[in-house]
Amino acid sequence: MTELVLEPGRAEKNYWRDLWRYRELFMMLAWRDVAVRYKQTVAGAAWAVVQPLLNMLIMTFIFGKVAGLPSQGGAPYAIMVFAAMLPWQFFSNALSNSSQSVVNNAGLISKIYFPRMIVPAGSIIVSLVDFLVACSILAGLMVWYRFWPTWRIVALPPLMVLAVAAAMGPGLILTALTVRYRDFRILIPFVVQFGMYVSPVAYSSAVIRHKLGDSLFLIYSLNPMVAVIDGFRWAILCGHPSHLPQTATQLQQAAANQALYWPGLAVSLGFIVILLALGIYYFRKTERVFADII
Amino acid sequence: MSGSIITVENLSKRYTIQHQLNRNEGFRHVLQEKVTAPFRALFGKNGSNDHSANPQSAIRNPQLAAPKQSKGGSEDFWALKDVTFEVKQGDVVGIIGRNGAGKSTLLKILSRITEPTEGRVRLRGRVASLLEVGTGFHPELTGRENIFLNGSILGMSKAEIRKKFDEIVAFSEVEKFLDTPVKRYSSGMYVRLAFAVAAHLEPEILIVDEVLAVGDAEFQKKCLGKMQDVSQKQGRTVLFVSHSMSAISALCNRAILLKKGSIGVTGEPTEVVGAYLGDACISENGEFDLSKHPLRSKDSSPILKKMRLCNADGKPRSELFPDWVCYVELEYELKEPLRLPRVAIAIENFQGARLMTFASYFQDKKIPELSGQGKIRCLLGKLALGAGRYMLSVSIGDKQQGMLDSIDNAAWFNVNWNNNFKSGEPYYQVYGPILRDSEWEVLMK
Repeated sequence: MTELVLEPGRAEKNYWRDLWRYRELFMMLAWRDVAVRYKQTVAGAAWAVVQPLLNMLIMTFIFGKVAGLPSQGGAPYAIMVFAAMLPWQFFSNALSNSSQSVVNNAGLISKIYFPRMIVPAGSIIVSLVDFLVACSILAGLMVWYRFWPTWRIVALPPLMVLAVAAAMGPGLILTALTVRYRDFRILIPFVVQFGMYVSPVAYSSAVIRHKLGDSLFLIYSLNPMVAVIDGFRWAILCGHPSHLPQTATQLQQAAANQALYWPGLAVSLGFIVILLALGIYYFRKTERVFADII
Repeated sequence: MSGSIITVENLSKRYTIQHQLNRNEGFRHVLQEKVTAPFRALFGKNGSNDHSANPQSAIRNPQLAAPKQSKGGSEDFWALKDVTFEVKQGDVVGIIGRNGAGKSTLLKILSRITEPTEGRVRLRGRVASLLEVGTGFHPELTGRENIFLNGSILGMSKAEIRKKFDEIVAFSEVEKFLDTPVKRYSSGMYVRLAFAVAAHLEPEILIVDEVLAVGDAEFQKKCLGKMQDVSQKQGRTVLFVSHSMSAISALCNRAILLKKGSIGVTGEPTEVVGAYLGDACISENGEFDLSKHPLRSKDSSPILKKMRLCNADGKPRSELFPDWVCYVELEYELKEPLRLPRVAIAIENFQGARLMTFASYFQDKKIPELSGQGKIRCLLGKLALGAGRYMLSVSIGDKQQGMLDSIDNAAWFNVNWNNNFKSGEPYYQVYGPILRDSEWEVLMK
């Protein structure tokens, strides 16, 4: 028979093994959240689609038409915005869902044991499902503009993993903070709103780099979503718009815009890893007392 | 020892509670602490309060024992202190103690929800808790989905649930509504389904915390039956926290009394229950102090202060006789008046079975509005109980506000045998607790 010893600090040692052992519960909780989300609302999946779609239309109009900012890779402005809107929507949903998740499951937390990390992780799965649903809009847009993707589209799954990592780090930190300080419930929607304008969602990051210069752009790249969004645009936008006139200069410009800016990317990637490590560390440090303070 | 399935050694749990000033765990407060700390240090005021940064510093519900002053406006509470005991396989152990004695903390540590501060626990087997009914149920999901969800929350694997699915459904008697969201269930169906899932758990160690306080009588019976089943037939170990002394005596073969975080008495349930209730429930002179009664039900406010058990001449007695006409006097103290008061007194035998209930609301003549302090007297009539030991339960409430204060098994009393009752032949409880007059005549010779 297995023997389990409980003593101060013991839970730390078995943490990752426990996490694996509770994978079924993780899947059940994630499934529950997804099922409930799509059952409760009348329009169900439509909500995952309508929100990013409206955002995209407004941004295309304001930034593309009114402000006249350039698109990237010769792609229609709408597609460029939407290619960024997808990961951004995922990131912001994941952040707000996961930060509320532990508090919303207070009943479970205070009654049964499981590695607490599966709760915020499970809520990220919900955002992932929303993301997949919203992907259908992108497909629709591409058909509409007759904008065919190239082989680079296969980079999307690994980029998605990167997006999950980028959301997980801050998500865990905010989750742990929300348990202790409920103020974050109010703070997070604001941060998310603010973040959308700071991140290159409505505009191309090339525009920022052009204005700021390379060294300042590295600071801008501390935003973990810069790497994710640039990656998404790189994978999606290098298409062949069949209906646009393709002059030599335009093509040249497009090629230049399409090249990834590696230093910026490296900074962003590094920061994602640091945030993730920090998130796991802080979450684990506080989760032991969740049941006592929740 | 090979037989012991739970070994608890010197287990202690400390909570640090904040004083009023620092109880605010708001971000603003901490921010303010952090920002002002260097200035305060600079100007020589008493530095930052490091407790607000300590993860163990805030606890909302400090239950407990003797507070010990420590620095910086926070106090240490030892919810458990040096608790050592062993449980053998197949034991059903009852854990009793006043609110805040550390019962729930002990169970929380055993079910791994919180970590001990000191000491060690060894568990040889899977632990599962019988939770409050419906914890982990989601109202939007169907019965079928909730069986899987709740099952895995309780610690069953998916394969296990699938294997037992039909059994669970049959037990719950909700086949017809399996694909209906549980929010449309009646509360009875809801409880049945929740219990059906819990009943099919197969842990080596089952932890039961006051589940019996909720649910209807039939459900309680089912729970108790299941617990007996689990321990006797399957040789599993049960840890059982309850305020129902009769349930503890009836179900457990061992009991532990916790007093202010330490072990008071362990041993036979009847002895431990006796040691626990002793002061509150036994009275030499028939006068019982109810103001701090350990058995007062959880959400009661202490309205009832004193109870006197009196004979016909109005003197309080702890020993009564079957042919006596008895009174019960209750002293109360109300903060808000009761417009339509409802007062009840019940007599139970020592196995916890209720024998009779005397309630004001069963009578034509109602009690008028009550307020402030006062005394109520209830005439029980001729006692007519067989010789033996009995318990009295009391409750007070209002027709509109519901039950406000109730104490189950609040007082013990003895009925002795005397020669006054017709013959001189003793009538004991075992003949049936209620002693009625009967007339005999010969019709044919």
